[in-house]
Amino acid sequence: MDNHFIIEIEKLVKTFPMGKSKFTALNGVNLTFGEGEFAGFIGPSGSGKTTLLNIIGSLDAPSEGKVKVLGNSIGELTSRQSAYLRKVNLGFIFQSYNLLAVHTVFENVEFPLLLLNLPASERKSMVMDALEWVGLTDKIRSKPPQLSGGECQRVAIARAMVKKPSIVLADEPTANLDAANSHNILQTMVWLNREMNTTFLFATHDEKVIGYLKRKIYLLDGKVDKEELLPNKQSL
Amino acid sequence: MKTAIKLAYRNLIGAGLRTWLNVIVLSFSFVIIIWMKGILAGWDRQAKTDMIEWEIGGGQYWHQNYDPFDPFTLQDSHAQIPGTFKAEISTGNMIPVLIAQGTLYPEGRMQPVLIKGIPAKQQILSLPTQRLDSAIDAIPAIIGKYMAEANRLEPGDRVILRWRDANGTFDASEISIVDIFTTNVPSVDMAQVWIPLGKMQELLMMQDEATLFTFKNRADDLNETGDWKLMPLESLVADLEAMIKSKSAGQSVFYNILLLLALLAVFDTQVLTIFRRQKEIGTYIALGYTRHQVVGLFTIEGAMHAVLAALLAAIYGLPFLLWQANAGWKLPMDSSDYAITIASTLYPVYSAGLIISTTLLVLFATAMVSYWPSRKIARMNPTEALRGKLQ
Repeated sequence: MDNHFIIEIEKLVKTFPMGKSKFTALNGVNLTFGEGEFAGFIGPSGSGKTTLLNIIGSLDAPSEGKVKVLGNSIGELTSRQSAYLRKVNLGFIFQSYNLLAVHTVFENVEFPLLLLNLPASERKSMVMDALEWVGLTDKIRSKPPQLSGGECQRVAIARAMVKKPSIVLADEPTANLDAANSHNILQTMVWLNREMNTTFLFATHDEKVIGYLKRKIYLLDGKVDKEELLPNKQSL
Repeated sequence: MKTAIKLAYRNLIGAGLRTWLNVIVLSFSFVIIIWMKGILAGWDRQAKTDMIEWEIGGGQYWHQNYDPFDPFTLQDSHAQIPGTFKAEISTGNMIPVLIAQGTLYPEGRMQPVLIKGIPAKQQILSLPTQRLDSAIDAIPAIIGKYMAEANRLEPGDRVILRWRDANGTFDASEISIVDIFTTNVPSVDMAQVWIPLGKMQELLMMQDEATLFTFKNRADDLNETGDWKLMPLESLVADLEAMIKSKSAGQSVFYNILLLLALLAVFDTQVLTIFRRQKEIGTYIALGYTRHQVVGLFTIEGAMHAVLAALLAAIYGLPFLLWQANAGWKLPMDSSDYAITIASTLYPVYSAGLIISTTLLVLFATAMVSYWPSRKIARMNPTEALRGKLQ
């Protein structure tokens, strides 16, 4: 495996027990990703895109094959090591935002920094920066139930980006948003990708998201069906 | 840990009413446990003080045959006052008491009693014996309030008292009730008649004899002597302590039920929380927590109910407990019905040990019932938790 890739996937197989038989979600996937990519796994439901994202995010382990993220072999990490990898290097954005409902916007964004044990003053300045990136500095005291879907997803982006991770994994980030909000969110992510050279990986079947991707990886039945690379695409 | 405490606190406060309902119930447990234990401690202290003041002083010497639970031993439970005791008696450090069985005939009824002879000038016990120093044509006697009520006797009443002297001969005379005293110690009140020691010795033909001696101060250097058995203070209050201990066990059933209900509410909340907050659990894991850290977070969150309950209990419980310590708790029924040393109003006594041990007990119990359901998180699949799928 080459060292300049931050994600290396080799002959990845993932199976899930299904009664007495097994369901193969990923079957022999080989992929690599470098720094600053803006790529997405595209495919219908059950094609394996979320499973692939979960394995890259060390939330799940491969059944066979190798997955290396920032030099860490996902299948071989202990629970503590994989938690550390997520805590320091990975950001997550979910379809249903997964914000902590009883916490304010500020507290939600601050959460990953609390886990890093950063001092309060540093946390505050980083949270305010992140909220500025997503344009939510006026909502710091609001709680998620008081926000619109678009605002919630922007909070989720701020939470994913606040610690300036190497990789952000976004699972259907626009599925619950209208077109205007989706474009707004995607433009923010493109901007963050360009400004911070953060690698963004999406799992999506939303045409709006697909339109912004620089690299499109089509999955079908757990296999890479085709790949499109648009090196010179200007998203904004 | 600091982060987990901070998050747990935010989660609890954010959960609003659900948290406060649990906290309120738990705070009741705090206050009730402390109050009940305080009542028992107060009773213990009060009963001992009353017994010391009214009956046992700093300790006693008993005639070797004397058994307070067997009146038939009384006829053999008397002897000459030893010479070594006389000096103590004359300085007021010791009082002799002579006890015999007798029968009182109030309004023609027959009432078996213990006749107790005591020096009128004694100052060790709180009994108003100076009233026995009355020059009247009947034997002066003092009795307790409950004895007076049971026999419808009042000061100034005259009643026939019968006894057997040292030779076994029955004799009787009229006694005059010169005073009725009020005490919380039934063993100096119920079915007892106190008369002057000299008169008692004369009636029984037991000159210079006694059944027991009560001494003023605790005397750790005293030893058994001749016919006389040393009864130190500790052994005289041992029965009372055993009784309070058994009462304490009975009362603990009550507050343990209350605590159990509060813990059940916390347990229920934890179980419900783990089902309802699967997505949140998945999010914690995605953001960098291990599953065991999430277990810890939920356990702290549950246990923090006890911390909030302690704070809430302090807000309304402290004034209540302080008020109780001053005003006391009036027993719902006449304390004479208990036939034990118990005041009609009990004043709770709270010690730092009581408060700390209660706080630790509730905190530990709450942590346990919070940890128990939270262990389920350790077996959760984070990817399914993230989707909020029930596991």
